[in-house]
Amino acid sequence: MSCHSCPLNKKSSSQKARHLKIALAGNANVGKSVIFNHLTGLHQHIGNWPGKTVEKAEGTLQFKGYTIDIVDLPGIYSLSTYSLEEIVSRKYIAVEQPDIVINVVDASVLERNLFFTLQLMELETPMIVALNQMDIAKSKGINVDIKKMEQILGVPVVPTIAVKGVGIDKLLEKAIEIIEKAPDKKPAEIRYGEEIEEKISLLIDAMKDAELIYPRRYTAIKLLEGDEDIEREINRVAPQVVATAKKLASEIEKLHGHGCSTVITSERYEAAGCIARAVQTMVPPIKPTIGERVHSFTTHKITGYLTMIFSLVLVFYGIFTFGDVTSSVLSDLLYGLEPLVRSAFGTGIIGALVWGGVMEGLIAGITIVLPYIIPFYLILYFLENSGYLSRIAFLMDNIMHKMGLHGKAFIPIMLGFGCNVPACLGCRIMETQRERLLAAFVTTLVPCAATTVIILGLVGNFLGIHWALALYLFNFLIIFLLGRLAFKVVPGEPTALIMEMHDYRWPHMKTILKQTWFRVAEFIKIAFPLIIAGSFALKLAEVAGLLEPIAAALSPITVAWIGLPAITGITLIFGILRKELALVMLATLLGTTNFAEALTPMQMVVFTLVAMFYIPCIATIAALVKEFGWKKALTITLFEIIFAILLGGIAFRILTLLL
Amino acid sequence: MTQKSSEDYLKTIYELSQNGKAVGTTEISQTLKIAPASVTEMLKKLANKGYITYSPYHGTTLTSEGRRIAEKIVRKHRLLERFLHDVLKIDKEKVHSQACEMEHSLSDEAEESLCRFLRHPDSCPDDGKMIPPCNLQIESCAKCIQLHEKGLEEEGKHNQRLIAISSLKEGQCGKIAFIRGGRNMVQRLLDMGLTPGTRICIVRIAPLGGPVELAVRDSKLAIGKGVASKIFVEVESPVAD
Repeated sequence: MSCHSCPLNKKSSSQKARHLKIALAGNANVGKSVIFNHLTGLHQHIGNWPGKTVEKAEGTLQFKGYTIDIVDLPGIYSLSTYSLEEIVSRKYIAVEQPDIVINVVDASVLERNLFFTLQLMELETPMIVALNQMDIAKSKGINVDIKKMEQILGVPVVPTIAVKGVGIDKLLEKAIEIIEKAPDKKPAEIRYGEEIEEKISLLIDAMKDAELIYPRRYTAIKLLEGDEDIEREINRVAPQVVATAKKLASEIEKLHGHGCSTVITSERYEAAGCIARAVQTMVPPIKPTIGERVHSFTTHKITGYLTMIFSLVLVFYGIFTFGDVTSSVLSDLLYGLEPLVRSAFGTGIIGALVWGGVMEGLIAGITIVLPYIIPFYLILYFLENSGYLSRIAFLMDNIMHKMGLHGKAFIPIMLGFGCNVPACLGCRIMETQRERLLAAFVTTLVPCAATTVIILGLVGNFLGIHWALALYLFNFLIIFLLGRLAFKVVPGEPTALIMEMHDYRWPHMKTILKQTWFRVAEFIKIAFPLIIAGSFALKLAEVAGLLEPIAAALSPITVAWIGLPAITGITLIFGILRKELALVMLATLLGTTNFAEALTPMQMVVFTLVAMFYIPCIATIAALVKEFGWKKALTITLFEIIFAILLGGIAFRILTLLL
Repeated sequence: MTQKSSEDYLKTIYELSQNGKAVGTTEISQTLKIAPASVTEMLKKLANKGYITYSPYHGTTLTSEGRRIAEKIVRKHRLLERFLHDVLKIDKEKVHSQACEMEHSLSDEAEESLCRFLRHPDSCPDDGKMIPPCNLQIESCAKCIQLHEKGLEEEGKHNQRLIAISSLKEGQCGKIAFIRGGRNMVQRLLDMGLTPGTRICIVRIAPLGGPVELAVRDSKLAIGKGVASKIFVEVESPVAD
């Protein structure tokens, strides 16, 4: 191959040639991550795209003497500008220029998948198609003519059944073969109608001297479609072209009576449908498949809801019984280390700091993360990969809409009742950043198991269950109101539910295990330092005798405004670490668990109200930081502190009048 | 039988039968504040003209011709409401009765001009009900103006029923005519395969105003109710409703 024409971007030295970059691209739920896991095994790294909150999964593998970096691009349906994922993906392919793109295609939903394939082809990247889920296609009576498909697309097509590992090696071999033998081979070109082609050539001509990120033809098409991202790029290098494109686009509009992007998208889909019909022969089975029957059962207006309630109760119960048991076993086990640590570091200040600061923080982390988050992730991925998650979203959409969110947000909110941490992490099932943030904000307001301990232990025990229930109801009201408020305040377009409901399938367990493992590891990396640091700082304050002064400093708020005893300032600070500590510390500092001796009934209600809302616990803050960055995490935290203080003060005054 | 009163009847039946059910004589008599006996007599006349199917025990349903007239009059009514409220700044409470008087004398030409003038509103001021689409296959204001300039109005005209997919029933199918909405959402729907001319079928409707499930291009999509009310289709086989 000649390297003279492109000295910078393509691999030019022989050492570099041993290092390859492969990207996996395709629709959501086509088995892309299963292939990714097959290829990379445990050599993966989950992170974010630089400066973006889009997840980036990378891995490496050794094959035939090559070191291959594999990037798993997000699952998307198009390369337009609907979501960050779409922009990130096409930029990566155009700018980073992977040696080859493996396009994973679901053979059982060929037309929709080919629509994406055609767009990849327009990016003129070297590519290969992995025709996946051949088994599901077969069970639906679909047969695909591989040879013919290769001919039409101008790229190699390898049939695979990723969940069984079928065809993966061949896929990799074929990919390497193309990189070695025909690295510059471009896929076939899709031709649009004459009137559009004419305009594309005009635009390509107009841009012939401009430096472009994307291929010329692709840029021209996207300009006609009115792609805002591309328009911005071109405005920098050739502003007059954008105006020309707009004029040409309006000519097409006049001709067709539809917007230009509608015309082009329709033609592209037409082409995809045409190819699909040409390469597949269909013998639909007479009886509906088991998957279809399960589908209609689980979306039915009666059986659907019953199934949903049953499975959610099961999930909830499962996670939290397992969590409770494991958590207390682990906690007993780890606290058993106390004498050992004490004897190693002495009983002085250092010993207190090491045990009370570092170790107790670590224990808090371990007893939260392992017992709750691991089963949560396992079940979440199971529900998502099997397809049940989208059915729940379908059934719950209209209720969640009242809060300004759509159906999928139901899952994290429900999980928030157990623990806010996995709930916040679960918000990534929402499509847009805005929805993720809104859902996460709402979940931090949901009373978790630890908050329930306070509600039941204090108000429930001393004032009766009806008060506890009233507080719960009040909490729901606040969630609803603040959810709506956030929906109004946070900028951005609300996205409605537009979701593919893919067929039910049995998920690939190994993939689920790996997905869980890498996400848990990622969480530990971020949350543990924060939890340990927080716990250490508290212990340090205690050892240094700062707790009393802090309580005194907080008394204008705690005593004068909210009407609570001064020591509650300290206990609420401890509650940041773990919410139930707010109550446990109160007992410790009072020297009794009979709270009625120290608090009036009204103070109990106010204290509980404040404890319910005043701050997400430190592990939840860590989860927020991980998902949304420091700025947004601190904004939410600060908002909730101020909100709880206001609420506490107002409740104190109203209750004084009433009681 | 005056044109006004027959239009009022058709409009009332249209509005009472939004969920596709047959409308009872009592309901009509209560809404129009006309004695049941007179209503029955009028319904018979309308049935003779082919606007409705009427049976004394099963109630009344619109024929496709009756529905066309009713949609036209409802559209005029709702456009007028917008005009009275948005432009003339008349109180929300008063626009309804005023529009009821004006709708019968508004010519089709005036209706189209009003639609353009108001920049193609989606819903009414008083109750937020959707305005039925005009019978031109037009998806945006710009298009409407363009077509008008070009004198192409006749070209896009057709007589099929245009209906939002949120008003279809389970099992009904249709071809997509156009989508209303912001650029981002329209592009998303196009990318998911809902391009004009594509055949879709309603598989399932979630209860209580939930999303609809569509079969399109050999796959299934769930679409929120709000979005579904902005996708208009030509109904393929008017299932006996």
